[in-house]
Amino acid sequence: MKDFNYHSAKDSKEASKLASSSSAFLAGGMTTIPSMKLGLATYKDLIDIKKIKKLNGIKVSGKSVTIGAATKHVEVSNSKDVKKAIPSLSSLAEGIGDPQVRNRGTIGGSIANNDPSADYPSACIALNATIHTNERKIEAAKFFKGMFETALKKGELIEAIEFQIPEKSSYQKHPNPASRYAIVGVYVAKHKGDVNVAVTGAKSCVYNDKEMSKALSGNFSSSSIDGMDLDSSEMNSDMHASADFRASLVVTQAKKAVDAC
Amino acid sequence: MASLVGSRVERKEDKRFLTGKGRYTADINLANQTYAIFVRSPHARASIKKINIDKALKSSGVVSILTGKEIADDKIGGLIAGWAIRSEDGTEMKCPGNPPLAKDNVNFVGDPVAVVIAESLAEAKEAAEKVEVDYKVLKAVTSTADAMNGDTIHEGIDKNLCFDWLLGDRQKVKEAFDKADKVISIDIINNRLIPNAMEPRACVADYNAASEEITLYTTSQNPHLSRLIMSAFGNVAPEHKLRVVAPDVGGGFGSKINVYNEDIVCSWAAKKINRAIKWVAERSESFLTDIHGRDHVTHAELAVTKDGKFLGFKNETIANLGAYARVFGTVTPTYLFGPCATGVYEIPAAYTNVKAVYTNTAPVDAYRGAGRPEATYTIERLVEKASMELGIDKTELRIKNFPTAFPFKQTLVHTVDSGDYVAGMEKAKQMADYKGFEARRKESEAKGKLRGIGVTSYFEACGIAPSAAVMSLGCGVGLWESAEVRFNPTGQVTVYTGSHSHGQSHQTTFAQIAADELGVPIENIDIVHGDTDKGTFGMGTYGSRSLAVGGIAIVNACKKIVEKGKRVTAKMLEANPEDVEFKDGEFIVSKSNKKKTIGEVAFACYLPGVRDEMKSPLPEGDEPGLKETSFYDPSNFSFPAGTHIAEVEIDPETGHVKLEKYTACDDFGRIINPMVVEGQVHGGLAQGIGQALYENAEYDETGQLMTGSYMDYTMPRADNFPEFNIGYTCTHATTNPLGVKGCGEAGAIAAPPTVMNAVIDALGGQEVTMPATAEKVWKACKNLKKSNAKAA
Repeated sequence: MKDFNYHSAKDSKEASKLASSSSAFLAGGMTTIPSMKLGLATYKDLIDIKKIKKLNGIKVSGKSVTIGAATKHVEVSNSKDVKKAIPSLSSLAEGIGDPQVRNRGTIGGSIANNDPSADYPSACIALNATIHTNERKIEAAKFFKGMFETALKKGELIEAIEFQIPEKSSYQKHPNPASRYAIVGVYVAKHKGDVNVAVTGAKSCVYNDKEMSKALSGNFSSSSIDGMDLDSSEMNSDMHASADFRASLVVTQAKKAVDAC
Repeated sequence: MASLVGSRVERKEDKRFLTGKGRYTADINLANQTYAIFVRSPHARASIKKINIDKALKSSGVVSILTGKEIADDKIGGLIAGWAIRSEDGTEMKCPGNPPLAKDNVNFVGDPVAVVIAESLAEAKEAAEKVEVDYKVLKAVTSTADAMNGDTIHEGIDKNLCFDWLLGDRQKVKEAFDKADKVISIDIINNRLIPNAMEPRACVADYNAASEEITLYTTSQNPHLSRLIMSAFGNVAPEHKLRVVAPDVGGGFGSKINVYNEDIVCSWAAKKINRAIKWVAERSESFLTDIHGRDHVTHAELAVTKDGKFLGFKNETIANLGAYARVFGTVTPTYLFGPCATGVYEIPAAYTNVKAVYTNTAPVDAYRGAGRPEATYTIERLVEKASMELGIDKTELRIKNFPTAFPFKQTLVHTVDSGDYVAGMEKAKQMADYKGFEARRKESEAKGKLRGIGVTSYFEACGIAPSAAVMSLGCGVGLWESAEVRFNPTGQVTVYTGSHSHGQSHQTTFAQIAADELGVPIENIDIVHGDTDKGTFGMGTYGSRSLAVGGIAIVNACKKIVEKGKRVTAKMLEANPEDVEFKDGEFIVSKSNKKKTIGEVAFACYLPGVRDEMKSPLPEGDEPGLKETSFYDPSNFSFPAGTHIAEVEIDPETGHVKLEKYTACDDFGRIINPMVVEGQVHGGLAQGIGQALYENAEYDETGQLMTGSYMDYTMPRADNFPEFNIGYTCTHATTNPLGVKGCGEAGAIAAPPTVMNAVIDALGGQEVTMPATAEKVWKACKNLKKSNAKAA
């Protein structure tokens, strides 16, 4: 690991001011630190945002759950408020990585990184989340741009994620047996009016499966998507799962999620 | 006094391990030490055109940079194969040179080409990045099955073939097959595994210019053997000037038998720079450069009568040695494999033919079970298939072919001294509720799941091994073991053993044995191992040999102590030595009932005189002191055996295999400590089940390791396993005084076929290769659905 400067920002303004083209925000550091250790990433400045008060904590209103960007996975999974408002979000957090990761990793870090097989991005899509940054509000559907790519501009800092409380929801994943990242994770959320079927792990970026959403919006039952033959041409393929297997798993996990709702 | 052998004595080593007070190689820091980083080949096969170290030498903190040229100039020897195997045509095996630092060619990703030694680890890393190696990249050979058709890796070794070995009689087998009603045949792959000891390899080398002595602290399963190899073949230093210490070692599973490049290079370089050098592998280096295990491609056939009697067995195997042949690399796929491939069955005619090939992958060597898991997988998959094709219950078919009497002269090499395979099968069936399976299968079916049951009956040859036997088969050393038992004047005992504990609990189990033999409280007994300056010599720990060979050496040394004690007691009590009996730590003269405790005898041996009298308690011919040594050479291998039964439930929609039940019923002979044995069985099962369902080392066609981290190499975790159902039958080994057999490898040997037989049973007999990953099983489920639909 190369030498770098460490800063601990007291508020978003200071963090943003310190940011440059060779800096990174540091929350849990679950991706940033290993990448630096392996020499895959080099930064001049690391700006620690964990101590920024505004970025921590969980608020629940009648319609939404708002989680500060520096809130750890373990805090989300243990929160009684989250468990009550959106139980599937709490159990998603409980299934991320391992205890070490859950005790350090943060929701903002996960979303800003936008790993194609991360869990949280699917929650954002399924739960019509709004990403609050120090500059603006971004709808989840416009936030996730591609593999490890988001709508965030340089120096822009996620402050909180606001999730819409659904009528029913469930997140089901088929984990990679080695890393336990999602080979496929499907987050089904039934809102008043429509159903979202957010899929992670299957393609280069999280997405809402329109075909299944439509079918389930018409009839919220796993039978309405049973046997659906999804197009696998854009799906990921690696030594752990081919594109065809992933396509099949998306339907299977979606069915499981609907049944669990 | 109650016997300690057979009881669940708490582990003496746990206090230090559980409180973080273990002392591993990486914990050792010497004054003024430097740090080594190895520059490794990023290519699987290349010739080295030029190495430029100019920039790196200028890097901050660099002490020295050494390459293959310097090591060759200093005439430091390479790594070696410990067993010479002859081909069927009588020619000797062909082994390439394996210099500790590659000079002209690199042959796998991770092959070291230079060592950078610096004042700090960070500086060594930084400088290593500046070493410029100009490679001419060559086409790599990576496939086991196709290795013989690839480019020649090592000059002069045609078809990349190390040897083409035969055990058995082809003609007899042909005759047996001619008489068969049916031939069952199978094509299997024994998947390549990475041992993954919890502690990565490490070494710290030190040179004392005054005594001209090198001390190497290293993660070894056999420090004396390492010293011998480094001295005799590595030319590092004569044995009396080389001390090898293997302190606490965090798991080996065979991967720490070998002397590795880093051991030789650091020892040699420490003398060269006259400073201590420390090297600790990073996990990714462990993946790339620790020896790997298994990697066979096999075609096997079983000739049977229609009522299920086995007549003949054929086994044609290609075994991947990786880039170089290492210490147990050539014996693992031959004498540790072939003799066990006929399993626990009376098969009148059999042969095993093994073609051992070189590829541009990490060296393959002994990994927990070494050869016996591959053998057991071959025969037990075949027998399971035979049971399906013949329509005979899988347990009945096995029993039908079990030997009826012991000693059992097994088809190819071994004479198994003791066992009761039928009893093991019956007990395993009962433990697993074999009868209730059909009802459980129906329950699973009702939930839309597929349930399967798999059986394996195995035996294995361990406790390696009689020196004359193994040396006749090409082994470079005798596989005896030594022990030295020393009494202190005040009665405590230190036992020096040549076995090495890297998780096996010798500190406890060996002390239990010595406590029983000597009648000394266990807390007064210390077991010392792992240092060539302490203890005479040792062959180390592998092949489940510590107890059956090392333990017996301790017993024999204790018996010598007792014999001397009887003579001394007789002298002290003015009796005949023949009238002295020893029991529970007391020497008793049977006629007078006078006694001396072993403590009193030890004291007398060290202080052989009395005030005011000119009198010695020592009989004429006996010297003072109480210390005895034994070098024990076993008369035979030992042969644990057993039956394992697994049950799996498969979700056809996701291909997920859930191991629902696992029953292991083993015969390990006499058990010294049931708790330790359970631990060994659990560990073996975890690795065996890991092979069946999770683990796989995969190279791409250019020779890059695709599974080079825990992101892609699936190490099983606790939640992958059910609670293991463990039981025993017991027949004592007749070839050693304790009646022990060995338990360290049984789980890894029996579990792969047991689990796979269950998976394949659930899949209606469709073959799936190990590991049975979700996608493979999902595909098989789809095929099953199609064929069921057709049938309907």
